[in-house]
Amino acid sequence: MSAPLTSLDRPNSYIGRSVPRPNAKRLLAGRGRYVSDLRLPRMLHAAFLRSPHAHARIVAINTDEARTLEGVHLVATGGDLAKICTPWIGTLDHFKGMTSAPQLPLPLDRVVWAGQAVVAVVAESRAIAEDALELIEVDYEDLPVVVDIDSAREAGGPLVNPGSANNTCFRSQLDNGTVDDAFANAAHVVEEEFSFGRHTAVTLEPRAIVADYDPAAGMLTVHHATQTPYQFQDLYSRHYGIAEARVRVIATDIGGSFGMKLHVYHEDMAVVGLSILLGRPVKYVADRIESFVSDIHARDHRVRARMALDSRGEILAMDVLDLTSIGAFSTYPRTSVVEGNQVIRLIGAPYRFKNYRATLEVIFQNKVQTSQYRAVGHPIACAVTERLVDLAAAKLGLDPFAIRAQNVIADDAYPQTSPTGYRFEALSHQACLKRLHELMNYGALRVEQADLRKRSVYRGIGIATFVEITNPSPAFYGVGGARISSQDGAILSLTPSGEVRCLISVTEQGQGTEAIISQIVADQLGLAQEHVKVITGDTEVTPHGGATWACRGAGIGGETALQAARALKRNILEIAALILQEQPSALDIIDGEVVDAGTRNQRLPIAEIARIAYFRSDTLPPGTQAQLTVSHHFAPQGYPFAFTNGIQGCSLEVDVETGFVKLLKHFIVEDCGRVINPMLVDEQLRGGIVQGLGAALFEECRYSETGQLMNGSLADYLVPMPMEMPDIVIAHVETPTADTELGAKGVGEAGTAAASACVLNAVNDALAPFGATINAVPITPARVLKALKRF
Amino acid sequence: MSGFEDSLLDEVDETVRIRLVVNGRKVVCEVAPRHTLVDCLRDTLELTGTHAGCEMGACGACLVQLDGRAVHSCLVFAVQADGATVNTIEGLTESGVLAELQAEFHRRNALQCGFCTPGMLVNAHELLSRVAQPSREEIRDALSGNYCRCTGYEAIIDAIDTVAKARSENGGAT
Repeated sequence: MSAPLTSLDRPNSYIGRSVPRPNAKRLLAGRGRYVSDLRLPRMLHAAFLRSPHAHARIVAINTDEARTLEGVHLVATGGDLAKICTPWIGTLDHFKGMTSAPQLPLPLDRVVWAGQAVVAVVAESRAIAEDALELIEVDYEDLPVVVDIDSAREAGGPLVNPGSANNTCFRSQLDNGTVDDAFANAAHVVEEEFSFGRHTAVTLEPRAIVADYDPAAGMLTVHHATQTPYQFQDLYSRHYGIAEARVRVIATDIGGSFGMKLHVYHEDMAVVGLSILLGRPVKYVADRIESFVSDIHARDHRVRARMALDSRGEILAMDVLDLTSIGAFSTYPRTSVVEGNQVIRLIGAPYRFKNYRATLEVIFQNKVQTSQYRAVGHPIACAVTERLVDLAAAKLGLDPFAIRAQNVIADDAYPQTSPTGYRFEALSHQACLKRLHELMNYGALRVEQADLRKRSVYRGIGIATFVEITNPSPAFYGVGGARISSQDGAILSLTPSGEVRCLISVTEQGQGTEAIISQIVADQLGLAQEHVKVITGDTEVTPHGGATWACRGAGIGGETALQAARALKRNILEIAALILQEQPSALDIIDGEVVDAGTRNQRLPIAEIARIAYFRSDTLPPGTQAQLTVSHHFAPQGYPFAFTNGIQGCSLEVDVETGFVKLLKHFIVEDCGRVINPMLVDEQLRGGIVQGLGAALFEECRYSETGQLMNGSLADYLVPMPMEMPDIVIAHVETPTADTELGAKGVGEAGTAAASACVLNAVNDALAPFGATINAVPITPARVLKALKRF
Repeated sequence: MSGFEDSLLDEVDETVRIRLVVNGRKVVCEVAPRHTLVDCLRDTLELTGTHAGCEMGACGACLVQLDGRAVHSCLVFAVQADGATVNTIEGLTESGVLAELQAEFHRRNALQCGFCTPGMLVNAHELLSRVAQPSREEIRDALSGNYCRCTGYEAIIDAIDTVAKARSENGGAT
């Protein structure tokens, strides 16, 4: 069979090709270089004594006995570190009126959540450091604990931060002023109150850091399992008063991140300080219980929302109240308000309606901080919107596909501005809906569902449309005063042997950054991919940039690489033109050879150009200075974000006797613009969906009335395992962004964005014959049985 | 001699000498009674391919072969492994027994961050040595002690399934 030639049949055409990741072989051989694997000469180990109380005054700390234990080098309390580290405050200027108390590595006189680190011990081994923790005595005086959101909002109730007026971190309202009229004139109104549990990232490798302060050089090197080395270079420099150029942050292999590893953690800041105090490398790796009580948690929203529709099922208005609890502090430097802000701005995003009102209240409580975790705010916005759409469909007697087809913004109606102020360049809801309908074989699924119901088998079908925020511009954090880059940088060099080395600021956590950057560079330069070496994650060698968060690796990092490669190619061809007595425009590069652009006849290997430029520059015309290293930066312009979209569907079965939900199959049609590596995109989607399914069915950080985390282990906190997960069918629609040459948008959060919503709709669909409804995530068997009034 | 008194040494400082065959090589280690096998492999022998994820036998990141069987090295005290044969991801890679699985995992991108991967491979290898042609359901079941947060598992199942089928087509040679 001879399929027609496509652009992928050209030599060195890598954009759009499913090539494996070059770095994966190393990881498969057990040759990963995770921070937890690192051992430096003279390295010591830190452990932390943690507060058993959710809220208490520290009356006294006695560390005398711990200090004398053989092998202990340092015992440090809050005061010791406060002398060398300036405090931080997790607020952003553009969230007007936002408050949060100053934070230090270790507290001075008060603990605000159970599990907060209070005293640090540095010893010759982690075991000795933990032995020393046993010898420390802390006298606490209990303070009133704020645990649930209702008591946190009660006037005159206990305060998380005594001295503040209330427990409100931030309050915001969006209102276009015509919502009440729209509801008054509506033919139908649907309304629901939702609750979304707290869950956490549970990276398989816990947080890990090795700080190495060299007093002789005045140089701090931090090996840090993080997504964002440049952000931490800036923070360590500013809070410890070390010149930025003398702070080096190295992030090699990271054992899972998902947004969790880009926040400032008290222990990490402490470890840097401990290394400065000792002048020796200090290592800290959280153990699993420490991860559960000190990693950021996420979600934890209660949302009341209503939707108004006309008699034909057109959405007229939405009115939303989102209450979210964020713990005792707002995280630094990205704040804990971003999630709620995205919830109220993403609600209703796929739909064409004008009247919107939303109130956001962000509340402190005595728990660990919540903050940005994969698909920030998206699962909540999506679940609220899509459940209301399903409720409306039921009320109007419409099929879930039909009501969405009727209300989504038409594919030919862009650009559009959402009622919440987001500007959409081009989305493809109609195409995605149509494709999902086919992909699911929707008609057959409904027939099967009806047949099985007659035999008391209760299957549910759910769909959920979503919009995802990717390629964030400075409008995300920069405008709020945070020193978080939205631009990225790349340095490309042609080596004397004719290969290319690419230093780039976007980082790799397993999603395939190295692979796609090498694909783009090889594609643009006309080289074999194996001749491109990509280096990431070291502030000493890679240029400053935003690195990897909020789905910016391909869209922003990829565009940076593309533009840098084009610049290097221009320079190579200029030298080639001098050597070959040609115009640069008459030449091209294919498979590492300079060729005639028209005929593709080979003229000269680029290795020969490199050899001449590096070793025989005397043979080049006078005045020639070959620039075979280029550095290039790229910051997004045009739309503040590259929004993407898609739709998910699922089929599941509810056992109405036990309340267990069995996922049968999951589907997604997704539009991330230009696809660089289809295999990696699909794997991002699958991984993201499974994280979303975990949130939908299993994951919840459960607290006692006194603020103790009740399920802080992998035996108690349920995560998706292979047996419970379905196969996932994937299809794509491609709407490239016109804001970049590459056209790529992000994809890492699309899977997580709509998975919970999809399952919520499907479980409710399964329970429809019983008149039972579920409005809480995770959908546990107990909640299902309760909805069925069987528990 | 240093100045401190012997009385300062308590039982946790006492070490035990154990002998093992690790990845085909005889090794002798001085370990504290509280040290687990994963501590010994990672810290003493610098075989960091074996990872510690939960330290309670739930996640499977620390699986190694102990006397030919896949075990959680976080649940075995190093002293219990005295006299045993241990194969880690490093040794199993060198010996080539994982080569087909590794190639298929690579081809399908059945890993992302790679932290669970050594444990996944040890488990997959054990499964395929017990059951020549596992169904997808059996593969999913066998992996239910291996937690992966990145992939969603499907590519891993596909990779193992493909290797099992290829082996049976080649007359079951392993």
